Amino acid sequence: MNGNPPLAEFATRHGLKQSAARPPIGAYIRQLWQRRHFIWAFASAKNISMYTESRLGQVWQVLTPLLNAGVYYLIFGLLLNTSRNLPHNTFIPFLVTGVFVFTFTQRSVNSGAKSVGDNLSLIRALHFPRASLPLAYTIIELQQLLVSMGVLFVIVLAFGEPLTWRWLLLVPVLLMQLVFNVGISLALARIGAFNRDISQLLPFILRTWLYFSGIIYSLSALKKSPRLHEHPWIGHVLEANPGYIFPELMRYCLLDTYRGYVRTKLHEPTTHLWAYGAGWAVVMFVVGFWFFYRAEERYGRG
Amino acid sequence: MADAVKDKVKVSGAPDGSAPPVVLDPNREPIVVVDDLHIIYRVFGAGGKGNAASAFMRVLRRENRPTMKEVHAIRGMSFVAYKGDAIGVIGTNGSGKSTLLKAIAGLLPPQSGGVYTEGQPSLLGVNAALMNDLTGERNIVLGCLAMGMAPDEVKTKYDEIVKFAGLREGFIQLPMRAYSSGMGSRLRFAIAASKSHDVLLIDEALATGDAKFRRKSAAKINELRDEAGAVFLVAHQLDSIREMCNRVLWVDEGRLIMDDDPDTVVDAYTEANGK
Repeated sequence: MNGNPPLAEFATRHGLKQSAARPPIGAYIRQLWQRRHFIWAFASAKNISMYTESRLGQVWQVLTPLLNAGVYYLIFGLLLNTSRNLPHNTFIPFLVTGVFVFTFTQRSVNSGAKSVGDNLSLIRALHFPRASLPLAYTIIELQQLLVSMGVLFVIVLAFGEPLTWRWLLLVPVLLMQLVFNVGISLALARIGAFNRDISQLLPFILRTWLYFSGIIYSLSALKKSPRLHEHPWIGHVLEANPGYIFPELMRYCLLDTYRGYVRTKLHEPTTHLWAYGAGWAVVMFVVGFWFFYRAEERYGRG
Repeated sequence: MADAVKDKVKVSGAPDGSAPPVVLDPNREPIVVVDDLHIIYRVFGAGGKGNAASAFMRVLRRENRPTMKEVHAIRGMSFVAYKGDAIGVIGTNGSGKSTLLKAIAGLLPPQSGGVYTEGQPSLLGVNAALMNDLTGERNIVLGCLAMGMAPDEVKTKYDEIVKFAGLREGFIQLPMRAYSSGMGSRLRFAIAASKSHDVLLIDEALATGDAKFRRKSAAKINELRDEAGAVFLVAHQLDSIREMCNRVLWVDEGRLIMDDDPDTVVDAYTEANGK
């Protein structure tokens, strides 16, 4: 590749280094850590500028999840009056919890895939570890989620769910999901940086994922259906899906009625999902980070 | 060894063999070595018929998207810069000057060849990191953090930046899209110039604004140049090149045409462009 050995040799003899080279992984992580303030400031700035054009501004951060919940209430609660075999008054909180938590992963994937392409001018102007960008975009989604969670608490309590010590467990659930989301958005950032068409395809993939993830139905209840009872492996595969694990764990934390129903009526274990969740978080993060890092020096080319 | 370099450069340089040979100076310490550099970057959304049927036919025929163009911006360039050099880069619009700076900064990966540097060269400019919807205040913090400063450092530099930008009272709390273009570029320059660098790369038209601010920013650039190990300056103002640089590169169509002292190169350049 190098057409001119004497010059390259001359450079190395004087201790000069390739300026577009990828730093070793340890140094890379250190650089990333040094940029943590930038990552946070960048995420907050993007979050603020997202709403500057609208009159209500930041209020939309609360209104958007509220309206989303309203739509689900209208369709599933009032029009279809569905309960999907769940105990009385559980379906709406069940559905809204699932949708809000799944949306966090969904939006992280979406914005991660665009994070490099949308910031090409920044990449071509300044030096920083490029992983800052997908990280910042996941932080934006986290900030949005935290607002949604506030709305969610109100809805869940309004439907008569008790406030228990189990609510504290939502912190480790969110942490695992955050780590998983960072990993998956890093992986998609690299794919999206070199194949722009992926962002056209993602909505379909993500919607399919949503339907497979037991967000609008209870997978625990579905496993008891005669068809799935014959082929238990299908249930095991569906259960190992991270799109199901994190929303379901969140329901166990917040919805005591639902948790009791799964454990006592369906006789399904609920603790193994914690191990699955932790496993997914660690594996996805390590794989995603490594995969993104391997192309670090090439992101500027577009 | 110098002969080998010379031969190689002639092969890879301009077809008429006009690329200047690389002369290695054993008595000085090199700080940037550019070795037979080729840069190709991709641009999306350029031209092409925008209808679905033609796009589909293209996929069937396995053609590349016409909306994606590859630009071969640097076509084989070699030179060595030494400590203390202030190097001017001149050439017509689109000759590859800015691309060369970005390549030296390591922001555009080389297709082949390489750029070797001591320390991390950086471009003077933070425009890409700033957001027009945010206030000047927030942009100062964001820009400084983007350049790699620690939060404490930002705090100490903050007042200096505001003072240097010289904005009218109260404007610092307004979003940047409310600024006039002059005010915007003053603030951008003030943020960019608040950090010192090992190897400083300065692109043209940074020092904009009214006459008073231009003088002020020229003085600031001189100050930064004295602090840096080496400086590359891209400019169309040939007078300032003559004044500020000890060496000039003339770039055309991604190739190095001349590499010599300012007077020789600037004279040749003016003659070639029939000023």
